[in-house]
Amino acid sequence: MRTIFYLIRKEFIQIFRDKFIGRAIFGIPIVQMLLLVPAVTFEIKNVDLCVIDRDMTTESRDLINQLEGSTFFKIRFSTFNEEEANNLLYRDKCDLVMQIPSGFGKETGKGNPGRLLVSANAINAVNAQLSWVYLNGVIRNYNMNIIAENISLQSFTPVPQIQVTNRYWYNELLNYKHYMLPGVLGILILAIGFILAGLNLVKEKESGTIEQINVTPIKKYQFIIAKMVPFLIIGLIDLAIGLTIGKLAFNIPFEGSIAILFLGSAIFLVAVLGLALFISTFSSTQQQFMFTAFFFIIIFVLMSGIFTPLESMPVWAQKFDLINPAAYVMRINRMVMLKGSTFQDVSRELYSLIVIAIVFTALAVNRYRKTV
Amino acid sequence: MKRFLGFVKKEFLHIFRDVRTLIILFGIPVVQILLFGFVVSTDLKNAPVAFLDLSKDEMTQKVSDKICSSGFFRRSETLLNYNDIDKVLRKNKTKAVIIFEKDFGRKLISEGKAAISIITDGSEPNMATLITNYITAIVNDFNSELAGSQAAGTFLVQPEVRMFYNPSLKGHFMFVPGVITLIMILICALMTSVTITREKEFGTMEVLLVSPLKPVQIILGKVMPYFLLSFINVIMILLLSWFVFGLPIKGSIVLLLAESMLYILMSLSLGILISTVSKNMQQALFISFVGLMLPTILLSGFIFPIENMPTGYDWVAALMPPRYFIIIIKNIMIKGTGFPYVWKETLILIIFTLVFIGLSIRKFKIRLQ
Repeated sequence: MRTIFYLIRKEFIQIFRDKFIGRAIFGIPIVQMLLLVPAVTFEIKNVDLCVIDRDMTTESRDLINQLEGSTFFKIRFSTFNEEEANNLLYRDKCDLVMQIPSGFGKETGKGNPGRLLVSANAINAVNAQLSWVYLNGVIRNYNMNIIAENISLQSFTPVPQIQVTNRYWYNELLNYKHYMLPGVLGILILAIGFILAGLNLVKEKESGTIEQINVTPIKKYQFIIAKMVPFLIIGLIDLAIGLTIGKLAFNIPFEGSIAILFLGSAIFLVAVLGLALFISTFSSTQQQFMFTAFFFIIIFVLMSGIFTPLESMPVWAQKFDLINPAAYVMRINRMVMLKGSTFQDVSRELYSLIVIAIVFTALAVNRYRKTV
Repeated sequence: MKRFLGFVKKEFLHIFRDVRTLIILFGIPVVQILLFGFVVSTDLKNAPVAFLDLSKDEMTQKVSDKICSSGFFRRSETLLNYNDIDKVLRKNKTKAVIIFEKDFGRKLISEGKAAISIITDGSEPNMATLITNYITAIVNDFNSELAGSQAAGTFLVQPEVRMFYNPSLKGHFMFVPGVITLIMILICALMTSVTITREKEFGTMEVLLVSPLKPVQIILGKVMPYFLLSFINVIMILLLSWFVFGLPIKGSIVLLLAESMLYILMSLSLGILISTVSKNMQQALFISFVGLMLPTILLSGFIFPIENMPTGYDWVAALMPPRYFIIIIKNIMIKGTGFPYVWKETLILIIFTLVFIGLSIRKFKIRLQ
């Protein structure tokens, strides 16, 4: 026990002797949290519209007015030249071009189907679909008005309608900061822990100082534990800093128990550090380790469901996430912080993380050889 | 010149001798493009929703069937009372709960009005809005079917849409250019910053500095091999995205390759700058990876559109070089636009490159401390 304690002390001294790293460990998370968390939103604020009204009747103007009255659409341009409109779309000046063909008002007045031609810039498929959905909503209202007018002329029975109301739980105003903070926090801890721990071991290998430890009676498991504990502590301090920033700067709600959150992140860190040390036993230079780390971290991050929903991934990717520690910590962070999930609610995630942590650490201890 | 060529040859030998790094160098981008082209997507499919049906009649059955048969949703759970809602949402078992009010069918027919409420898990705002929008659209379709039987003879306004540049609405079109941009800047910055700091850390930099080579030549010689390797990388990635994801190259290939070279050059000079400010490899790696990864993912418009960011952030995002390259490749590859449409972005990338190089030259020290 005392050996481990001394080893850990040695590691701490070594880490903080490099002034830059000592500052960066805490500085980078603070700066990135403050900068990045408020940056991200998915909501479309407004869709820029270009209208070609070839009809110029009351009906077409009605429709345009309804579009203008909705919160999403902004009519930026209005032209009679299709080429000009397409050019605007081409140059990203507008997102949608809506063309009202001549005769639109006459036809709808007579009760015939009125046609509308819409062109959307669909490079960003999600945005295009969403603006299409919004546009359809406006047109549907317009249609409903026509129906209501026509029917009330014929009879007095109202049109049967299902009304939809909706509520967003846990995050009523859909504040994206609440969604991003737990995610960004997870990534930062992952990246810092993984890189520091792995590089630390490879560096000892590269400069040969590892030999000096190998010839001492220190056991393999003691060595690995001493390499893990400092970074575990640093990671948890970063977590605490991040949570404080969340509370003070962004006023993120804190529904669940902090203890579960720290427990989850601690197990997660053990898993990550275990994997980092395991990989570093394979790498002979820091460069090699770095590229492998790069590979794993990017995969862990982008597949964890931090930025894109897990449900949208193909089935094989969802299977892979069973061994992706970042996917678990992601869910734990969000569930506990925003939804107030209890230990029982996240128990599956916690147990899975424990298994992963044990496997990775065992692999690291097993692979580490004292003999060259 | 001969001296310089000899130096470049030495650098090439260094790289090729380390087979493992070489494999990683070419393997990583390929694997990652393949992975993310398939994985990174924000489409709604098969999202689990739970139903709380307080009336259980023919109408509610019809509506819920319509929702579940759309392909966007699947029924995950059937709830019995309000208290269950919190339980299933807290366990992440479902993304939304749809509630039919009591006497839904009867009210709809006799009063002409009935209510559905949707409760979504707001901890994932994007998912929540998507789900709400889609369910509302499905219910509205149902509404017009209902009305249609009564309002026969009334024709309505029907919009037709043409999705330009990406007719089948593939998410790849958005994400593959982003992944290329992200991977290239990280790899280039990593590689250069590591090679130079490596020489510093092992003391071999001293050997180079006392040689008759000028500092500029040393740096150029170090960057050259990586420039070539990265360029091969880009070509491989472009071929992959063409063959596997069907991402077209509508514009001029020459222009695309030229812009890629510029981007690689910019990333490499960023790497040089990082190496001049860091004392050892650990620092260099820390800056180029921990420092660059998240901002590149989040602020470059790769996943999250820059237009939607709060005011003030367009200035921060303006400082992210990857952002411009994403615009450039999207324009050239997908829209097929020519140089007149991307000259501004190109100019900005050139300025970035010059600034990075200028700063590194100022910071480069001939003497060791």
